Amino acid sequence: MHVVVLGCGRVGATLAMALEAEGHSVAVIDRNREAFRRLSRGFKGKMVLGIGIDEDVLRKAGIERASGFAATTNGDNTNIMSAQIVKTRFRVPRVIARIYDPLRADAYRELGIDTMSSTLIGAGVCRDYLLDRPYHTVEEYQAVRDAPQGRNVMPERGR
Amino acid sequence: MIVAGGGKVGYYLTGALRAGGHEVTLIEKARQRYDLLQEAFGESVVLGDACEVTTLDQAGAARADLVAAVTGDDEDNLVICQMAKRKFKVRRVIARINNPKNEVTFQLLGIDETVSSTKLIYSLIEQEVEVADVIPLTALRKGNLELVEVALTVDSPTVGRRVRDIALPPNCVLAIVVRGESAEVVAGDTLFEAGDIIVAITPAACVQAFREALLGRGVPTS
Repeated sequence: MHVVVLGCGRVGATLAMALEAEGHSVAVIDRNREAFRRLSRGFKGKMVLGIGIDEDVLRKAGIERASGFAATTNGDNTNIMSAQIVKTRFRVPRVIARIYDPLRADAYRELGIDTMSSTLIGAGVCRDYLLDRPYHTVEEYQAVRDAPQGRNVMPERGR
Repeated sequence: MIVAGGGKVGYYLTGALRAGGHEVTLIEKARQRYDLLQEAFGESVVLGDACEVTTLDQAGAARADLVAAVTGDDEDNLVICQMAKRKFKVRRVIARINNPKNEVTFQLLGIDETVSSTKLIYSLIEQEVEVADVIPLTALRKGNLELVEVALTVDSPTVGRRVRDIALPPNCVLAIVVRGESAEVVAGDTLFEAGDIIVAITPAACVQAFREALLGRGVPTS
């Protein structure tokens, strides 16, 4: 299948190469040409220079024929906005946005955007390792009410 | 009311709203800028990222009538508006957008009220340049209609004719004629003169046909 990856940082580049290694066609978008150096020399996928909230840039990356889209930039809002465009406008079936802020990830999950909070997963895995506990599922790590940082626990007021 | 983003737009907007007697809370995430804003507005400035639920909550989003997201980043303004609307049920949200292309995207994603300074300045320039042509005033969202202004010159084929004798494209409506200092509602027997300015409504797709009907062929297109 064809997958578009937004952001060629460590996560995006690793994901793109992993998908290609499994035989999928991949296009990577980044606004900084230097970022593409993170891809291995043998990477055969398309590298598109541009911003991921621009529909023309997404089209150039083949979004219209894509079965999957992953937004992995370091900007939560860029990831949220591009994921929504891809899902709503281009109707790509599998869309995921990497989001640092656990509360924002939670809010958008409620709105139907699949989100992956690397903050919660990372912190949860470390906690379980340190306490010598069995590891949890991704969903369990992402349950925001058990957020490891106290200040990010959802306020009752305003809900 | 909550204003998110304490840059130049947010600063002057907050000042103007306060002068107008409104209760405004301004949110700014940069510490240095926050200190400056606090000098001007005191306790009504909140330090934090307006995209975060906790910050919006602290600024009183749950009881706000309006949230205006005016940061310099379109994606931030989208998220602020979506959070305010969906998490806090704020009735009215307004987003500033920089890239005019995002107006459509914001609508698609549920944010209907946007303001684009790029687009405003562009339309002002158009109004300056195209003196004798059809000037777009504003787009009416419903029905894809445009509110336009047309100045009639001596060469216009409509000059010296009555409204009822002019064949217009479908759904075009001549609304008001401005003559000198006065404006009157266009009626069937209104007689057009050179120098008249007509305010009309036309479907966006018919602007060209509308132009030909009022100004004749051979008028350069924009």
